[in-house]
Amino acid sequence: MNAALRVLVPLALCAVALGLWEWAVWWFEVPKFVLPPPSLVYRALVADHAALLASTWITLRITVLAFLAALVAGVALAVLAARSRIVEIGIFPYAVILQVTPVVAIAPLVLIWVGIEHTDRALLILASVVAFFPILSNATLGLNSVDHDLRDLFQLAGATGWQRLRLLELPAALPYLLGGMKISGGLALIGAVVAEFVAGSAGGSGLAWRIVESANRLNIPRMFAALFLLSALGVAIFLSLAGLEALLLRRWHDSAAPRER
Amino acid sequence: MSAARGSRGRPLIRVEAVGKRYADGTRALRGIDLEVAEGEFLSVLGPSGCGKTTLLRLVAGLGEPSEGRIDWLAGARPERGIGFVFQDPTLMPWATVFDNVFLPLRLAGRGRRDAAGDVEAALAGVGLTAFATSYPRQLSGGMRMRASIARALVTRPTLLLMDEPFAALDEITRMRLDDDLLELWAAGGWTVLFVTHSVYEAVYLSTRVAVMGPRPGHVRELIDNPAPYPRGEAFRGSAEYEALRRAAMADLAA
Repeated sequence: MNAALRVLVPLALCAVALGLWEWAVWWFEVPKFVLPPPSLVYRALVADHAALLASTWITLRITVLAFLAALVAGVALAVLAARSRIVEIGIFPYAVILQVTPVVAIAPLVLIWVGIEHTDRALLILASVVAFFPILSNATLGLNSVDHDLRDLFQLAGATGWQRLRLLELPAALPYLLGGMKISGGLALIGAVVAEFVAGSAGGSGLAWRIVESANRLNIPRMFAALFLLSALGVAIFLSLAGLEALLLRRWHDSAAPRER
Repeated sequence: MSAARGSRGRPLIRVEAVGKRYADGTRALRGIDLEVAEGEFLSVLGPSGCGKTTLLRLVAGLGEPSEGRIDWLAGARPERGIGFVFQDPTLMPWATVFDNVFLPLRLAGRGRRDAAGDVEAALAGVGLTAFATSYPRQLSGGMRMRASIARALVTRPTLLLMDEPFAALDEITRMRLDDDLLELWAAGGWTVLFVTHSVYEAVYLSTRVAVMGPRPGHVRELIDNPAPYPRGEAFRGSAEYEALRRAAMADLAA
């Protein structure tokens, strides 16, 4: 009942909103290049599905690769920072600078550095930069949150640094890291889209470029179709990461374990 | 379990004029002289904040004394020869009870299959055989502490250090764990250094009680407890127990 409601209520709300939208466009005679009705967006989605799906794939690929790059780099740097206070105080100011500088502002520079013919690399770098910080910051927090008594226990047992990292610090950091990953997954998508707006399409056109192109041609239904696919992509990324979190934590962490009553 | 458990064996560790001053200037311990004999059950009794835990950590090697020295008399400090039970159960929440108890052996390079017998024996010793595959969050406080004790004993340590392990447990659970601990100790042959702020517990468990005074922590009195083991409810009701309890209380309040 509860689980069914959780799905049915948002779906019903969606149906009502779409119906109102359709009706309002018809009733107020809104031109379709200002606001196309949902039925027209759906038709655009069906008619252009080949091109739109190809674009979705391109955006997804850049997002996933950028996310993975941010994950590897973020965790690696966090491990170094947790090992050495010098590394931590050394890198954090720059990580913050990287985080607060708008990706739009560094896009042209990155494009020049990697070469105008390697737009895909520029998109990858820019999206990774955007996704990097939550991973680094949460992983560092997690690695530093290890129970002090457990640290002592490992020391007493003569654990090596590698054993401590693998058996103690990484598992303890996991809930924090997964929280960071959920934020970074969405940011990687935003980064991939914003970077494509600024740097242009790579190889083929991603969804961002479809939006720009549709706007230029006043093909607003197709623009909405691309927007819809972008949102769907964002939701899919979030749900995957939330699912991963539930899977990894459900047996032991209070955030994911079922509450016993 | 014999009366011989009450008599002291060879000296194991000598704590000599040990003091500890922390970086912030706090003086936690001063002039601690203490000898721990092989096979004895020595309780360190004192009020909160008197440096009991600090002393225990120094003996464990989790820190260096600022003054004095701590020597292992029966040869060098044995590698992995120390079992430590913390105030909290300190289990890894992401690992099953089995994996938590297996940890010290794993860190020593033993394989899971090779160590399974030892882990199962340790679990059986604390009555947790049926909970090997449970996660710590599924256990009660007393059971978590049992798992923690099993983990400390799985390496068959020379010395078991316990830092107020039962302080957070209810009275009934605590008494039961006291009895179970004595039973394990009688069977195991290791030496125990047991920190507690409970006079009752110290007198009930120990062959000797070191009463500590606060600020900075120092040993006020050493009380011998020659009562034979096994000790049970009869001992708790005896005049001997009462006399020892009074003596310890008087030293504590001095």
